[in-house]
Amino acid sequence: MDAFAIKQIAINLTLILALWSGSTSILSDEIRVAVASNFSMAMKAITAEFETISGHQVVLSFGSTGKHYAQIINGAPFDVFLAADALRPTILEQQGVAQSNSRITYARGKLVLWTSKPETQTIKESLLNYQDIRHLAIANPKLSPYGIAAQQVMTNLNVWLSLQTKLVRGENIAQAFQFVHSGNAELGFIAYSQAFNPESAVRGSFWLPSQSLYSPIDQQAVLLNDKKASKDFLRFLEGSLARQIIQNYGYDLP
Amino acid sequence: MILSEQDLTALFVTLKLASVSTLVLLIIGTPLAWWLSKSQWRFKYVIEAIIALPLILPPTVLGFYLLISLGPNGPIGGLVSMLGGAPLAFTFTGLVIGSVFYSMPFVVQPLQNAFASIGNRPLEVAATLRASPIDRFFTIVVPMAKPGFITAGVLGFAHTLGEFGVVLMIGGNIPGSTQVASIAIYDHVEALEYGQAHWLSGSLLLFSFLLLIFVYGANRRYTVAKP
Amino acid sequence: MSIALRFRLQRDEFLLNVDTVIPETGVTAIFGPSGSGKTTLLRTIAGLEYAEDGYLKVGDIIWQDDRTFLPTHHRKVGYVFQEPSLFDHLNVQANINYGVRRIKDESSKHVLQQTTKLLDIEQLLKRMPWQLSGGEQQRVAIARALAASPSMLLLDEPLAALGDEQKAAILPYLESVYKTLNIPVLYVSHSRDEVARLADHLLLLESGEIKACGPTSELFAALDLPLAHQANAETIITTSVLGYDKDYGLATLVFSGGQFSVVSGPLPLGSRVRLQVLARDVSITLEQQTNTSILNIIPVTIGQMVKQNNAQITVRLMADDTALLSKISCKSAYDLNLKEGDKVYAQVKTAAILI
Repeated sequence: MDAFAIKQIAINLTLILALWSGSTSILSDEIRVAVASNFSMAMKAITAEFETISGHQVVLSFGSTGKHYAQIINGAPFDVFLAADALRPTILEQQGVAQSNSRITYARGKLVLWTSKPETQTIKESLLNYQDIRHLAIANPKLSPYGIAAQQVMTNLNVWLSLQTKLVRGENIAQAFQFVHSGNAELGFIAYSQAFNPESAVRGSFWLPSQSLYSPIDQQAVLLNDKKASKDFLRFLEGSLARQIIQNYGYDLP
Repeated sequence: MILSEQDLTALFVTLKLASVSTLVLLIIGTPLAWWLSKSQWRFKYVIEAIIALPLILPPTVLGFYLLISLGPNGPIGGLVSMLGGAPLAFTFTGLVIGSVFYSMPFVVQPLQNAFASIGNRPLEVAATLRASPIDRFFTIVVPMAKPGFITAGVLGFAHTLGEFGVVLMIGGNIPGSTQVASIAIYDHVEALEYGQAHWLSGSLLLFSFLLLIFVYGANRRYTVAKP
Repeated sequence: MSIALRFRLQRDEFLLNVDTVIPETGVTAIFGPSGSGKTTLLRTIAGLEYAEDGYLKVGDIIWQDDRTFLPTHHRKVGYVFQEPSLFDHLNVQANINYGVRRIKDESSKHVLQQTTKLLDIEQLLKRMPWQLSGGEQQRVAIARALAASPSMLLLDEPLAALGDEQKAAILPYLESVYKTLNIPVLYVSHSRDEVARLADHLLLLESGEIKACGPTSELFAALDLPLAHQANAETIITTSVLGYDKDYGLATLVFSGGQFSVVSGPLPLGSRVRLQVLARDVSITLEQQTNTSILNIIPVTIGQMVKQNNAQITVRLMADDTALLSKISCKSAYDLNLKEGDKVYAQVKTAAILI
């Protein structure tokens, strides 16, 4: 056999191996991902694509970022952590629990003010003429970046203090949504991703506060180990396919 | 670190909720338990199953349906607004309603058992001694069912102290009116304030334990006096 | 005041179907085998059971008819249950006061003191029910029922739950209570001894129906009723004390058909005494015996005769208009050629006094 033939065989073998590892991987691996609840729907869509392309299995665990954080520092076997804020991933990195230099911002949340009832005045005016409001729902600012953003918007509009007695705090953005959706709170600051997603857009009136009124809601992710499959996933999350999905589900891109 | 003012308020709201709910439950649970212990209706078991639901349903399920019911389109909310009342979600009154559903089997079942164990004989005797039905209830049934009342009251109170899932759903976390200790603890944990979480949890645990020791100890003296 | 009643009530084992009048004084025993409906009848009179088809008139007041049903707590009945049913959470005094407190009658207090003494429970007043024996509890139960000044006293086998000794101990109390009461007493029992001792009238119940009712002595001696055919058949005779012989301890008791000499303690002259004569203690001779140890020989006429089986025959003897039962062997009846209407002599070996 001459050198040329050997080289061809080598290239073909490499190509086959590359394709094979690209499509099924030498070992099809399983990764466990802790995901902030508000990102559930987008995450499911992204994961479906990733599994098809990479052949890896992804096990998703939805929940509140605070709970995930507590579980992770107590040894919960997650591989990747998608938080609803930047705080927890940063702390994990500082504590050395997360892989260094793995922290990325995967999505940027948008805040929206929503009422499920038809309004006679614009919803923004409803907020400013607050006497008629009984309950305004927000996510608890102590626990959720969306809550902090809502507080910032209201402060910047000079209604934060006056609305204190009417505030109803949900444990997270999902619960704030629930309060408004069930009609118990007339208005609420919810996530844009909850209001507009490909599967169901909710009815009612919306107001999108301009980005200048609140600090960006950066949702960050970190790796918790150096498994190859985990790295593949994070890379995929930053890729154009995933970014398209993220945008479709109502998030901004960083 | 000692309990902050907000935490103390949360404890106070918890105690208030437990007390009010237990009182309401004793008032409405007593006639209900009485009827259950005496009735021969062949569909009685359906009512018993409904009352027992909170024993097995996750509190969040109960809370979820309450949230919907209390809303303007729900049965309770609609009724309330028709009668001209204010909406009940995110109010202390709303929590009381939720707690009443949540703790009902803990109050009704001990009472029902206590009433049933009295049997018919003492009541027949009292009737032959000229006691009217109401008279019989208060002079015969209530004293004889005293351990049952104590158990019902304690269980109802203690159960409501620990209520979380229902309050989580319909409370709205308003300090001073719907922020109960269990929610405050949860929030401290979520916000990584573990020290405060410890203090508040510890206080609640200690209080509950002392309460139960006191009540069971006193009740035991009462029953031991009789061989 | 008399009690007129008429009830029809279906139960699993029988249909209660009665229509009778209960006399207004004295003790009426409702007597019959278990499952005959005695307790049900008593409870229906008290209003503890509801008969859809029922009528009950006590004195002038209608307690039940088509349109009315007076609930138990409006009926002035005193009821003593079979098991001692004292209120566990009250002491004896409070138990007794329970009924008293609910009547507005001033005279009730006097009655209360009387019954407490009569039933000998004064030293029990401060105790709790579980500290009393069964007999003591029943005495308290009777006192409690009486303390409420009822217009009738109903007792449902009050001695059934007691042991023999306790029964024997409590019977005298019952007798003395009945003597002093002037309200009708209804006493359910399946014990013929108790009934023989206590009852003035009998209501014989069987499978929910009244088989017979009338004075005790008559029913005991009636040959068409099962009472007369039982092994310890007896005759109950009401007598009065004619005299008392201190030296021999013998009381002379007189009745319409003759007299009896009976071993007894001293008895007040002229007082009424109930005598129980077992049929198997009565033998028959054709001629008056002399030089015999038997004290009581009474001229009688032979009435009905009913064979029990091949060996035994029950003979109803008439001493004037008082019946006296005798159980003898069929052989003797044949040998003596006894026929209805024959004038013979009854020899009574022993007679027991039931006060």
